[in-house]
Amino acid sequence: MIQEDSDRKLALARARPNCFAPTFGSAIFPCGIAEGRMILNIGPQHPSTHGVLRLQVELEGERVISVTPIIGYLHRGFEKIAENRNYIQVIPLTDRLDYLSSMANNMVYVKAVEELLGVQIPERAEYIRVIMLELQRIASHLAAVGFYGNDLGLAFTAMMYTFRERELILDLFESVCGARLTYNYLRFGGVREDLPGNFKEKAREVLARLKPKIDEYERFLSEDEIFLMRTKDIGVLNPEDAINMGATGPVLRGSGVKTDTRITDSYTIYDKFDWEIVTGKDGDCFSRYAVWINEMRQSIKIVEQALDTLPEGPYLAKVPKLLKPPAGEVYSRIESPRGELCMHLISDGAATNPYRLKIRSPAFCNLSLLPHLAKNVLIADLIAITGSLDPVFGEIDR
Amino acid sequence: MMENPLVKGIVGAAVLAALISAALLFLIWLERKFIGRLQHRYGPNRAGKFGILQMVVDGIKLLTKEDIIPEKADRAVFTAAPILAFAIAFLPFAAIPFSESLVVSNINIGILYILAVSSLAVVPTIMAGWSPNNKYNLLGGMRAAAMMISYEVPAALAIIGVVMLAGSLNMVEIVKAQEKIWFFIPQIIGFSVFVVAAFVETARLPFDLSEAESELVQGWTTEYSGMKFAMLLFAEYIHSILASLLIVILFLGGWHGPVLPPAVWLLLKTFAVMLLLMWVRATVPRVRINQLLNIGWKILIPAALLNIALTGYARLLLG
Amino acid sequence: MTELDELKNKFPDAVIEVKLQRERRLWAAVKRDRLLEICKYLKQDFDHLSCISGVDYADRFEVVYHLWSYSKKKLLSLKVPIPKDDPAIDSVTAIWKAADWHERETYDMFGVVFEKHPNLTRILLPEDFEGHPFRKDYKLKESPWFSGKSPEEGSL
Repeated sequence: MIQEDSDRKLALARARPNCFAPTFGSAIFPCGIAEGRMILNIGPQHPSTHGVLRLQVELEGERVISVTPIIGYLHRGFEKIAENRNYIQVIPLTDRLDYLSSMANNMVYVKAVEELLGVQIPERAEYIRVIMLELQRIASHLAAVGFYGNDLGLAFTAMMYTFRERELILDLFESVCGARLTYNYLRFGGVREDLPGNFKEKAREVLARLKPKIDEYERFLSEDEIFLMRTKDIGVLNPEDAINMGATGPVLRGSGVKTDTRITDSYTIYDKFDWEIVTGKDGDCFSRYAVWINEMRQSIKIVEQALDTLPEGPYLAKVPKLLKPPAGEVYSRIESPRGELCMHLISDGAATNPYRLKIRSPAFCNLSLLPHLAKNVLIADLIAITGSLDPVFGEIDR
Repeated sequence: MMENPLVKGIVGAAVLAALISAALLFLIWLERKFIGRLQHRYGPNRAGKFGILQMVVDGIKLLTKEDIIPEKADRAVFTAAPILAFAIAFLPFAAIPFSESLVVSNINIGILYILAVSSLAVVPTIMAGWSPNNKYNLLGGMRAAAMMISYEVPAALAIIGVVMLAGSLNMVEIVKAQEKIWFFIPQIIGFSVFVVAAFVETARLPFDLSEAESELVQGWTTEYSGMKFAMLLFAEYIHSILASLLIVILFLGGWHGPVLPPAVWLLLKTFAVMLLLMWVRATVPRVRINQLLNIGWKILIPAALLNIALTGYARLLLG
Repeated sequence: MTELDELKNKFPDAVIEVKLQRERRLWAAVKRDRLLEICKYLKQDFDHLSCISGVDYADRFEVVYHLWSYSKKKLLSLKVPIPKDDPAIDSVTAIWKAADWHERETYDMFGVVFEKHPNLTRILLPEDFEGHPFRKDYKLKESPWFSGKSPEEGSL
């Protein structure tokens, strides 16, 4: 009976997303849910929901009984808009998906269209792409580490520190393509513009500065007793569940599954460089955080090697602006900072716009693990677990 | 005329209130500036030289803002909470000696009085948590109550060690007893326990669970705005000042120090302790409620009891 | 091409078509009434359900299951055509839990009903939204939801 009432209450609250009226389950505030429990809406406006996530939490005191993530507040119908745009007009749209790693979104779309067309990409363009993608991964993980500090109540310090270094990478991007967040840089068959003359030196400077700073973050966070207390053994995800529930990226690798689309589904030229897949040990929040930190180190390694061996030559293959790819469909996969980012692109062969464009967003799939991870935890853990999944709502809601 | 306790009380209260308010504005500015520098940003730098007028401007803004009371709030309790909180925050200062003679009321059970009135602060906190009918406030209020009640005990137990050494409950006597050696050396366990408890009692990071911005939005003050919020904020801050003063008086030799006048030494030491509180705030994440209570009941209280036993044994040996 | 051949031999009457696009990209079209059996069989190798996408063709809907095998490092896209007048298909949530939100999204956008799904509700669109906007016949410009006014303002 109590359970039924609780379900009805949840259904009611879901049906009326703006209803914030207090619903206490007690004699003073009689309502549907079980005695001593209450439903708390965390978000969609809340300091640590990383955007517009709404978590409907059933609480018993401080204890979280169940969590229902409610998403869609940032839904812009990207996939539908893409059906009404030329192929090339979709590239700037992809920038707005995962706004912390626009390069990766550019890449997955450009790669899908290239597979449809069967274009050969110049070698220099491949190198530039790898440099951009890995710099983007560092920038995105820096933001993730900084936000994670905030989620654990670190009064903005970690964020100010990591954003200081992230700025340097954004400066590099700005010098390359004129934008700091929405790059619109990759093109079918290559990249939009060549690297500026002094890019190599500037990039090396940034990397040289970044390396000691990453050690500094580790000293600051990974060696902090309270940080460890808050992240160790919290939100533990075992590898079987991780695979079965569709986790990818740092969440999956945090559980100890050694896989990375960059290697297993090799694309561009990642196999030319010497680097390793980073994995965590315990599948808890700390392991996921450790994967961020260590992946940044690997990315630095890749960028350094790519800078050293960057060949001269054309940076863009000849591809017409107004495309009409042959009929067919492809499923393009890359490893975005958040996990496996895919696009299922269908061309009907007759139109200059995609027939269907479906995005597999890693943050969407990782967030779907939250109800599983946040069972029987405290409110503070719920926030820590949500942060460790690194949700970005441009991508989740699309 | 100053011998009349009523006149002395009124004058003392007025002077103290004015001084504390001024110190408050300065310290809040200092904290923002200091934490700003720790975080590689400037902090306030627009209003006045070095942004020194920032708190004045903020104060004016808060005081002139619309006074919002939530529709379903218990209006009387909602309004009473900030007033009570602000008033109660000033009470303990009556027994605080700023130097041997500079004390409003030199009562002989000064430390007991301070403990008693400062533990009243839990009442307005619970009122503010319950009355607005907001779940974030409620959770914050519950946390604040749990924190304050659990940490009153170790704080009081830590003080017992000091009282045993000084042989008096009078604040002036306690400071006088530290003329040769500051109590934080013989009382290092008690000192540690008291400092941790002070962080909790003043709800500062890493123990600011009752506000817990990233979890509970603003905790027990979520629904407050304008003047009422300012009063709650100031009350919290006055608790920090009080805690720093108590640490200095009980463990760091109070006004003792060479060359400078006693009151200046006391204020300088308090200032240093405040800086420590600020520094920690920018450095560590927040603990969880169960971890906080574990620290309190399973570590601090046994440690404080051990401290009492050791102190008693030492006194017995040394006669 | 072994996986595709095996699939074809195992379910000769259910597999409509198989295609090897390139290295690591396998495509297969199967009939919807044997979907659960086929999925249970494929689960042995293809342990990761990457994505479920819905497609609206002129004559049919298609639900595409993109399955990745961590051991064999191959991607199999399983296409299941379903008729427009009966857009229903069995839910695979019991096989891959990852299917949960993907199926909800496909239901939300295309109106494909996944039978035996534990909680088949809208996910990206509001609960009271009418219609399924990713269908090609959805009248975008005539929908009150896209007129720039919120439903409360009376355009519904």
